[in-house]
Amino acid sequence: MSGADKNTSGNILLDVEKLGISFGGLKAVDNFNLKIEKGELYGLIGPNGAGKTTIFNLLTGVYKPDTGRIILDGADITGKPTIEINKAGIARTFQNIRLFSNLPVIDNVKAALHNHYRYGLIHGIFRTPLYYRTEKAMDEKAMEILKVFELDGVADYKASQLPYGRQRKLEIARAIATEPKLLLLDEPAAGMNPQETHELMETIKFVRDNFDTTILLIEHDMKLVSGICEKLTVLNFGRVLKQGETYDVLHDAEVIKAYLGD
Amino acid sequence: MKNKSKAFKQSFTTYALVLAFYLVCEIWLKTGNMSSLMEGLLVPLCYYMILAVSLNIVVGISGELSLGHAGFMCVGAFTGAIFAVTAGAEMPEYLELFIAIILGAAVSAVFGFLIGIPVLRLRGDYLAIVTLAFGEIIKNVINTIYLGVDVEGMHITMKDALSLNLGEGGKTIIKGAQGITGLPRNANFTIGIILVFISLFIVLNLINSRQGRAIMAIRDNRIAAESIGLSVSKYKMMAFVISAALAGVAGVLYAHNLATLQATPKNFGYNMSIMILVFVVLGGIGNIKGSLIAAVILTILPEKLRFLSDYRMLIYAVVLIAMMLFNSAPKAVAFRERLVESISRKNKKEAKEEA
Amino acid sequence: MSSFITYLINGISLGSVYAIIALGYTMVYGIAKMLNFAHGDIIMVGGFTTYYIASVMGMPSAVGVLGAVVVCTALGVIIERIAYKPLREASSLSVLITAIGVSYFLQNAALIVFGADTKSFKSVIDIPSLSLMGGTVTVSGETMVTILSCIIILIGLTAFINKTKTGQAMLAVSEDKGAATLMGINVNRTIAVTFAIGSALAAVAGVLLCSSYPTLSSTTGAMPGIKAFVAAVFGGIGSIPGAMIGGIVLGIIENLSKAYISSQLSDAIVFAVLIIVLLVKPTGLMGKKIQEKV
Repeated sequence: MSGADKNTSGNILLDVEKLGISFGGLKAVDNFNLKIEKGELYGLIGPNGAGKTTIFNLLTGVYKPDTGRIILDGADITGKPTIEINKAGIARTFQNIRLFSNLPVIDNVKAALHNHYRYGLIHGIFRTPLYYRTEKAMDEKAMEILKVFELDGVADYKASQLPYGRQRKLEIARAIATEPKLLLLDEPAAGMNPQETHELMETIKFVRDNFDTTILLIEHDMKLVSGICEKLTVLNFGRVLKQGETYDVLHDAEVIKAYLGD
Repeated sequence: MKNKSKAFKQSFTTYALVLAFYLVCEIWLKTGNMSSLMEGLLVPLCYYMILAVSLNIVVGISGELSLGHAGFMCVGAFTGAIFAVTAGAEMPEYLELFIAIILGAAVSAVFGFLIGIPVLRLRGDYLAIVTLAFGEIIKNVINTIYLGVDVEGMHITMKDALSLNLGEGGKTIIKGAQGITGLPRNANFTIGIILVFISLFIVLNLINSRQGRAIMAIRDNRIAAESIGLSVSKYKMMAFVISAALAGVAGVLYAHNLATLQATPKNFGYNMSIMILVFVVLGGIGNIKGSLIAAVILTILPEKLRFLSDYRMLIYAVVLIAMMLFNSAPKAVAFRERLVESISRKNKKEAKEEA
Repeated sequence: MSSFITYLINGISLGSVYAIIALGYTMVYGIAKMLNFAHGDIIMVGGFTTYYIASVMGMPSAVGVLGAVVVCTALGVIIERIAYKPLREASSLSVLITAIGVSYFLQNAALIVFGADTKSFKSVIDIPSLSLMGGTVTVSGETMVTILSCIIILIGLTAFINKTKTGQAMLAVSEDKGAATLMGINVNRTIAVTFAIGSALAAVAGVLLCSSYPTLSSTTGAMPGIKAFVAAVFGGIGSIPGAMIGGIVLGIIENLSKAYISSQLSDAIVFAVLIIVLLVKPTGLMGKKIQEKV
């Protein structure tokens, strides 16, 4: 995607307006606005407890917002259940990894292909030609995705047997398999060493360019954020502190203050 | 793909195991060496195997706990038995059994669906208690039902046999706690084994299908499963209904192995549900082959070791606790992993030294 | 009318027993996040202990009750230590199956130790019945003591939780185990205390239950235990006043349906109530919604 058509206003993929939610009187997220254009790599940063993951949970329907609207690619998805939101085109990863730990790596991805490769229960039990055809296509597609993340060699391992860094990658692979328009990554580099983080940055860029998707990520690793995010939103105490181009945001006096304290 | 061939191999050995078991028993039976005690256990073995496999769908594949499996078995048994003494009475033996099995499975599935609606959206503990409650309700209700048929059709009451007010030539089918009498007793070992095969076919193919994958994904992580668009309630329900239907099949087989069918605490009560759970836990949760083997061993062993019969239930209880502690306690798991690691390291070292 | 009032009072009495049992369920559920299936069978152990001390050995009833409380408290703590504690981090399915194993173990151990015959339990309560409404309604001593015990226990337990350090620790652990640990609360000890209190209450419930319904066998506790769980769910699991209200409502429903619908179907009706509650208000009357952390 070239820089020129990113700036046209008809290209908004995610449009969040005045989003808010309270837990027991505490406003966890308040008056949150966000516009993400198609193909962008967008970062959501902020101190711990600023409400970043809560926003992901609101976007994916884990929480129902008290106020505001969420528009994805022109469709209102506010308050819809998680499953419908995934079908509408949002997939995510989790801060604390949530894999299908007893299933083989490849089945983690195949489970995510579920809604794109279909056959009925009867076909599954009686193993009709449709079953074999579809399963074969799923295997091929899953291997293709795993290859991107260099997980094709461990396709038959149980997901729980993978080392931490590769589990994070598998989570991204699984999310990508649902063919999302918008991919949400919750601290993808958490617990990775600099070498792994560097590889991850390359992978994220590759995913954005090759899977025709838009990425919104939460991250504390500033090297990763400044290295790949084109735009940033800084969140503090549930409110937007600053929004804009990465360089401008990171050099903003208020942002620096929020991070370093008074 | 490696894992595909592994799945195939596992299914294949499971089928082969059942076939071998069948052949051994048949030869044993045909050569006339089998004791009448053992002979009487053959059909029970089959329905216990089916029950163990079917409960494993809920416990192992879906990760929920059903304590009302005996209830679904009861529904299947009574459905099959009612059919056997009414419409099925005039039919050829095998046709009657065939239709009874279909009916038993269908009615149990409907009950599974109805029970599933309130509980499958809730925490697992509720499922356990509601299914337990369901099993008790079914047993209680059946014990109070009087069902009769005459030219005008079906009559039902909860009072007594007289209140049925049957017309000329009318026949009482269920006599309250006395149950159903005059059953055909046309089940046999071969039919039982065929049903075991059918159950295995359904369960093993389910596990390796798109639907089975969804069920297991939900078991492993519900929130992640939702995030990739899997409907939790749909697939939990699917597992539950299939499991209930197979328990119903076991019930039909059970009813067709008896002359009189009654719902007692012994056959359709809590103890039966627990016994099936013990099969599943001992065989390894989620391990279909294991639950078959456990069902066979735990059925034959107590019969062979009669002197232990007083302690049978107590031993079941200890087996349940010990297996869970051994398999699930984090410390025990870590200990086993260390053990395996040290053994494999030792083996490697020896291999190296030899080289 | 007077027969209705009799049924109602007996229902409240039975409900009070359910409420006391339900308190144990709800506390353990709130704090250890597990369904202690064996809780009902502790009732049975309490009943047998009193039976042996009072009826067989001929000691005073009070000693029998005290003995039951001591034995059950110890049993509750031992069960927690041996069977549940090692599984603290395991899946809820494993814990649940283990608890069922413990329940089954207690029932069958009792069957072997105490025999299969049903014992007749001599009431520990020696208070004359009360005549009301010109003698048309009789309230037995057992009924009065049961209802009174229930009220005392509710007040005592509420005071314990709100006023003592241990009680506050229990609240903290039920909110957030991790945070409680960070605050210096000994989580293992708190859970053990919860089991001890719950089991002691079960012992009291066992004595009261057997005094009103004077038979005793190895499965005496099973049904009341399950019904008390229904009561706890009805009132909202984790809520102490909820368990109380749930227990009493359930007792009334059971007794009235026994009287006016069918004695054989009263259990079925109680369970039907559970299913309806779960359909209409899954969190129960006074329960909180538990949000899973994502």
